[in-house]
Amino acid sequence: MTRLTGGLIDRNAPLNFTFNGKAYKGFQGDTLASALLGNGVQLMGRSFKYHRPRGVVAAGSEEPNAMVELRTGARQEPNTRATVAELFDGLTARSQNHIGPLHRDFLAVNDLLSPFFAAGFYYKTFMWPKAFWEKLYEPMIRKAAGLGSLSMLPDPDDYDKGFLHCDLLIVGAGAAGLAAALTAGRAGADVILADEDFALGGRLMSESDALDGANAMDWVASAKAELESLPNVRIMTRTTVFGVYDHGIFGAVERVSDHLAVPGDKVRQTLWRITAKRTVLAAGATERHIPFADNDRPGVMLAGAMRAYANRWAVSPVKRDGDAIAIFTNGDDGHRTAMDLIARGAKVLGVIDAREAAPRFGDYEVFAGSTVTGTKGRLGLTSIEVTRNGRSEWHSVGALGVAGGWNPNVHLASHHRGRPVWNDDLLAFVPSPDGPKGLIPAGAAAGKGGTAEALTDGMKAAITALSEIGVAASEIALPKAENMPSEQAAFWHVPGTKRAWVDFQNDVTVKDIALAHKENMKPVEHLKRWTTLGMATDQGKTSNISALAVMAELTGKSIPETGTTIFRPPYTGVSLAVLGGGDTGPLFRPRRLTPTHHWAEAQGAAFVEVGQWMRAQYFPRTGETTWRQTVDREVLAVRSGVGLCDVTTLGKVDVQGADAGEFLNRMYSNMMGALKVGMVRYGLMLREDGHAYDDGTCAQMAEDHYVVTTTTANAGLVYRQMEFAHQCLWPELDVQLISTTDAWAQIAVVGPKSRELLTRIVDGFDLSNEAFPFMACSELTICNGLRARLFRISFSGELAYEIAVPARYGHALMQRLMEQGADLGATPYGTEALAVLRIEKGHAAGAELNGQTTAQMLGLGKMVSAKKDSIGAVMSRREGMAAEKRRLVGFKPLEAQTQVMAGSHLFTQGEAQTMTSDQGWVTSSCYSPHLESYIALGFLKNGAERMGEVLIAANPLEGKELKVEVVSAHFVDPEGGRLRD
Amino acid sequence: MKFSGFKVVKEALTGHKGWTPLWRNPEPKPAYDIVIVGGGGHGLATAFYLAKTFGELKVAVLEKGWLGSGNIGRNTTIIRSNYLLPGNEPFYEFSMKLWENLEQETNFNSMVSQRGIINLIHTDAQRDAYRRRGNAMMLVGAGARLLSRDELKGMVPFLNFDNARFPIKGGLMQERAGTARHDGVVWGYARGADMRGVDIIQNCEVTGFKIEGGKVLGVETSRGFIGAKKVGVAVAGSSGRVMAKAGMRLPIESHVLQAFVSEGLKPTIPGVITFGAGHFYVSQSDKGGLVFGGDIDGYNSYAQRGNLPVVEDVLEGGMALMPMIGRARLLRSWGGIMDMSMDGSPIIDQTHIDGLYLNAGWCYGGFKATPASGYAFAHLLATGRPHETAAAYRLDRFERGYVIDEKGVGAQPNLH
Amino acid sequence: MLIPHPLLGLRDSQEFTYLGDANLMHRPDATAENAEAQFCDYVFQRENPAGVHRELWFHEQGDRSWLVVTRDTTTHEILGAELASNVKLGAAE
Repeated sequence: MTRLTGGLIDRNAPLNFTFNGKAYKGFQGDTLASALLGNGVQLMGRSFKYHRPRGVVAAGSEEPNAMVELRTGARQEPNTRATVAELFDGLTARSQNHIGPLHRDFLAVNDLLSPFFAAGFYYKTFMWPKAFWEKLYEPMIRKAAGLGSLSMLPDPDDYDKGFLHCDLLIVGAGAAGLAAALTAGRAGADVILADEDFALGGRLMSESDALDGANAMDWVASAKAELESLPNVRIMTRTTVFGVYDHGIFGAVERVSDHLAVPGDKVRQTLWRITAKRTVLAAGATERHIPFADNDRPGVMLAGAMRAYANRWAVSPVKRDGDAIAIFTNGDDGHRTAMDLIARGAKVLGVIDAREAAPRFGDYEVFAGSTVTGTKGRLGLTSIEVTRNGRSEWHSVGALGVAGGWNPNVHLASHHRGRPVWNDDLLAFVPSPDGPKGLIPAGAAAGKGGTAEALTDGMKAAITALSEIGVAASEIALPKAENMPSEQAAFWHVPGTKRAWVDFQNDVTVKDIALAHKENMKPVEHLKRWTTLGMATDQGKTSNISALAVMAELTGKSIPETGTTIFRPPYTGVSLAVLGGGDTGPLFRPRRLTPTHHWAEAQGAAFVEVGQWMRAQYFPRTGETTWRQTVDREVLAVRSGVGLCDVTTLGKVDVQGADAGEFLNRMYSNMMGALKVGMVRYGLMLREDGHAYDDGTCAQMAEDHYVVTTTTANAGLVYRQMEFAHQCLWPELDVQLISTTDAWAQIAVVGPKSRELLTRIVDGFDLSNEAFPFMACSELTICNGLRARLFRISFSGELAYEIAVPARYGHALMQRLMEQGADLGATPYGTEALAVLRIEKGHAAGAELNGQTTAQMLGLGKMVSAKKDSIGAVMSRREGMAAEKRRLVGFKPLEAQTQVMAGSHLFTQGEAQTMTSDQGWVTSSCYSPHLESYIALGFLKNGAERMGEVLIAANPLEGKELKVEVVSAHFVDPEGGRLRD
Repeated sequence: MKFSGFKVVKEALTGHKGWTPLWRNPEPKPAYDIVIVGGGGHGLATAFYLAKTFGELKVAVLEKGWLGSGNIGRNTTIIRSNYLLPGNEPFYEFSMKLWENLEQETNFNSMVSQRGIINLIHTDAQRDAYRRRGNAMMLVGAGARLLSRDELKGMVPFLNFDNARFPIKGGLMQERAGTARHDGVVWGYARGADMRGVDIIQNCEVTGFKIEGGKVLGVETSRGFIGAKKVGVAVAGSSGRVMAKAGMRLPIESHVLQAFVSEGLKPTIPGVITFGAGHFYVSQSDKGGLVFGGDIDGYNSYAQRGNLPVVEDVLEGGMALMPMIGRARLLRSWGGIMDMSMDGSPIIDQTHIDGLYLNAGWCYGGFKATPASGYAFAHLLATGRPHETAAAYRLDRFERGYVIDEKGVGAQPNLH
Repeated sequence: MLIPHPLLGLRDSQEFTYLGDANLMHRPDATAENAEAQFCDYVFQRENPAGVHRELWFHEQGDRSWLVVTRDTTTHEILGAELASNVKLGAAE
């Protein structure tokens, strides 16, 4: 054990866990990383490219090395940072990205080959022979690449999403964030305090600072207690604010139960959309390292992280108690680590300070003007080489802390592309002043990392933020604190001939940067892309600035001249599942059910998705073994008796007002103004670009009242378009619109016996052909007083009606019709029979009205009235539209029992089949039980003039072609006698 | 310098001392025969083919930032030629053929990887539409396969076959489709063009056009005036802004498209998969990240960043289609400016200003078009005639009524 | 994004459907001599500014009003929103 004294772990709550199958013990309050270190485990992973043995580098979410596969089975979670994985009893974790055991990774051979794997090498080779890329090189690369693996099983956990609103969002609950929260909370503002950690305090948990002369955690505890008592403050721990979006909207993920073995009845994570009037960014800072030769061995870590492990988790990062620890620093901060380690009883070799005038703050050795120039220890650090003025000596150590300075966490402040600004005093980038509106950086995130200045800055930021939204806040009494010494030299890396790592995970070394420079990949974005620097899971948090400094040195420019990088969401990795928010599986999209859905279900109907609607597809009966049998029966029943079909899904728009007729005249290409009350007209709508858009019926119920229908697919779109025309084009017209699609259940009653059936349910309404002819409509009552609307329209070519009742009566109406029609052979039919009926009749539907066709093509050219203006009329007459010669026609296969596949292309017999010889295509096809033949519709060049011609319907995709005869699209009753009888 | 495995080995053994700059950083000359505005994929490809295929010697590419800083550096790297309409499909197939030889042509490994694309089918109507498309692909030799549900299950068993809101009924596959390494494409073309004498000038923003008597004489830039006999503009999302400097309005709106990459994972997804019932398409990079995207945000934008609703929409689709990706993490998201045209198809044409040429309107499909776009634009600039596969991409097709509308949604760019 | 609906206050943009440039409200006169050219311009050509843009949003999941929203396309900052019908009627006066 390498546990020290003190710390914020609960020694009375030991926890068992396994890593690579081996059992260990830790404590409540540990992370996986601290618990492993506490067990003397330094080796935790392998690097991406060279498979170098790696240990933990950081103590937070920026960790590039200690990545594990957490949990097992369907909950297996790759690339989990051991540094933020809270320990729970029974936790299992495995190291990833190696073949064979972690300490003997077969792929470590890559490290020996590293001279061949220099920056950009793969762009220069693997080109010969050509076919080898997909067959050999790439599969090899893909297999070796990647980090952890997925279980390939569906995620079993639940996720949620929600909205939150507040006056002030505070990101980060360290010294600055807590001061801001207390200030705003006491002022009565609605506050959300969010922190990615599971406890409040931020860096205060990892330092040994005193506040008001006592342990800083005492103050944190009292601040927490006060904030919890304020009803206007919401504390959200385990919550990462990952992205800044427009108008004060932030994306945040709360890890509700990732610290538990299984979520139980809770969700695993929640996605919060937080709308904040103002935001204080108190996200702290991230430490950077100093590249030197072989600086990547397990045991080499950031000095601030080492301090955190010692102070917060009471662990020493060495393998064995008694191993010495050294610190390598370019400033005062490294010395703090030495002091804290000594205070906790660890053995410290000393501080190697690159500065000649290195200070000494306590009783430890200082190697002034010295650098670390080499390390040894294959699977864990055993010794370091310290060099001063060219003279080197080796020292035995078990761990090395590296302190290269701190980078403010500017990430969220640059999500709106505001570029961070270089600060020469801090030797770091600070948030851009033109960051997201309403976001105020504070504390270490603003470059004010001293405890005293962070507290004050947090308080002031809250006061400023609230004053901008009219909330008066007063200064609060802050605890007495100190700013620790933070002098620092601009010392960025130790020059040398061996490899010195800049980006640990992606194995980018100083040499790689030098090579990029030599090859003119100097712009920082080219550097990143050429070397993959900063593209690892830590997004360059620990590497970007060091790399910029190296490139700056090579180009002879300053760091800000060399470039900056901005950051993009998310701040840290966010699970894909929580972004989907649980709307998966059958919940992916809403299901709209028709009024007769449950009735149809009871009849054993098969259903089909039509947009969001579920529609009955066909109604199988006992003895029917194929869907075709069922559909053929339904079609024949309609044509010989009476069929019933729920057509509620067709869009319905109620149009009222003195100018309703004029309005519709402008919406439809054909004349609608001259319609008569009680009559219906088929209408064609164009898009303003002149193409056919939608068709439907327009029924005039009264002088100032119309009911129009649209296709199912376009119901919402046509209504939107009508509102656009009404509000944006012609608001002066007296017309009101409302969509009534869901308000009315509509059932098509179709077939020669439809009149007889309806007669049995109407309340004395005269249905005779004279009183209620084809294309008539009326309001009426049925079934003793139920309000209804009746339309005599036909999609099938048969005598047919559509009857509408308030939606809640739809189910009952269908039952009543079935009862009353039993002796007439009333037959429910679904979308398949509906399609057969309309193809037999030659009516266009979705495949013909696909947005690419014109009224001319559909044979409806005459419906575009030249006597008036309507949407799309002018554009429909453009040169190219007029020159369009394809027309909707019917096809019959020469062999009646061979299906003409929709999607086949048409060719003249004997011609080569190319795109230029293409004569058209088949849009819809079906078997017509009426004609006892397959039939089809399609668009054919000069189609109207080619009746009787035999063409090839080619389907090379499925290796088929057949001969078809061009016929009229109206296969059934072309004269239209039946529907008028 | 010729890149090869031998060269890599030789340099590895001799300390990488022999590598030279991939391209020069030349000072702009006073004048060129042809100036290409825009150092993205299309601009650099144009310059490459102008020099290599059409023998143009005095060519410059002007880039306001760093090479490849636009959409070529921010996309989901998909290459495919699975279009429907005669105006498009031959062009994209021409592009695919150029992709297939790209590495040998540029002597640069752009990692063209033909791992296939599958468009999923969820309804019978969709299958009919895909059959029509697949047959169009067969007609130009692009190749296509209509997959049954069972075939699909064998290929991509991890999709949600059993518990889906919109059941998977099959797929249309193009086996020759796949991905290419986007940055590698930029660098390959840039290096190839530079080697052949093209001046690639970074940090050189075009601030205006010099036009006299209806003829373009050159461009004003942040680095001074540069004369040109012909100017070709290939600036994607910035087309509106740049062409406004020549007094032109375009049938184009600029929209933001977000794209996403997950943290690295061991091999998970073999090729490219597109979800026909949601807005989601995905592949896996050689490095192991899942690269995915969805719809554009839907409003005009030059901000190069999008909003959360689309992020959620994309991942809803992703999780509905492949619920086994849930425990992977999103690494990075980004936004690019898409030059959304009025029919969803591009423009490669002369303008009414003599000597000024336009290459624009790529919507969010510009990456796969890069080689053919460059070739066809070079052809037009060098010969004055459109390339045979790009003849439909005329600027006047809108007013004349010859739109190429693959989706059939009309003149509303955010629907394409 | 949040859209300041003139009647309903700040509403989440997810409640809205976007159409495009507010010039789509200025539909040409079909009887004009060069009507076809005017329509081509109206239907296809766009200013597409990088900066302030007046654009149409439909409150589809709300009160079904069309709004003219003034928004900066480089920052997404919204400078105002009006009822489209008021804008159109006001322009006609």
